[in-house]
Amino acid sequence: MGLQAYLTLAAVIFCIGLFGTMTRRNTVGVLLGIELMLNAVNINFVAFSRFQGTEIGMVFTLFAICITVAEVALGLAIVILLFRMRRTATADHVDWLKG
Amino acid sequence: MTLSIAAFWVFAAILAAAGLAVVLSKNLFHSVLWLALALVATAGIFLSLDAEFLAAVQILLYAGGVITVVVFAIVVTERLVGERLAHTSRRVIAGAITSATLLAVIVRALSRAQIDVPRPPLTADLTRQIGTSLLTRFVLPFELLAVLLLVGLLAASYFARPEE
Repeated sequence: MGLQAYLTLAAVIFCIGLFGTMTRRNTVGVLLGIELMLNAVNINFVAFSRFQGTEIGMVFTLFAICITVAEVALGLAIVILLFRMRRTATADHVDWLKG
Repeated sequence: MTLSIAAFWVFAAILAAAGLAVVLSKNLFHSVLWLALALVATAGIFLSLDAEFLAAVQILLYAGGVITVVVFAIVVTERLVGERLAHTSRRVIAGAITSATLLAVIVRALSRAQIDVPRPPLTADLTRQIGTSLLTRFVLPFELLAVLLLVGLLAASYFARPEE
């Protein structure tokens, strides 16, 4: 398969993830959308790396995967904290900063 | 060659279908399971790009670790409220228009770009190359990553500590 096919696939997945991030009410659902978007970016990195013939992009993907894991752990900790304080997981109910 | 093309299309179809199921499913738990399928399909895409090591990392860290953590979080939060979490969507039409527009822009840019480069043949073991550059050229970010993971671990356990 050519580079174009991989990039198009990544674009499709990114847009699906963007849709999920924008439309989900539940904070965990928003996190799942963000996961999909990060995944699409990783596909782009690996595809460019393979078609360029170097391993640099794959090393970067490795870093991106590890950082994503840390991000998910922290995000879920925040969701649990939110639950304790507000008894809600809906992103719209988190409006403490609203004047 | 035909087998690899078929594998790409199969994995791409699974990935797109599972991704749509993640954002459209009414049940939060089902969404997470669909995400697991999407992550495994991504590992298949990595395999079709000759990145065996990344495919293994993807399955171990993402499909193994992240999915387990998310499932735990859902179970814990549902236990805290004692009811099913609502998992609905809002402003679906606006979201669909925005993402479809972005997709159209990207696909248009991709179709105009001159990126029909041939795939260079594999000269050496990619896993070996990744390992070598991790511990030579990228050793500083590698160590910083270890610190980041430690900070993430501490911060997550601090946030989720039991109430005094």
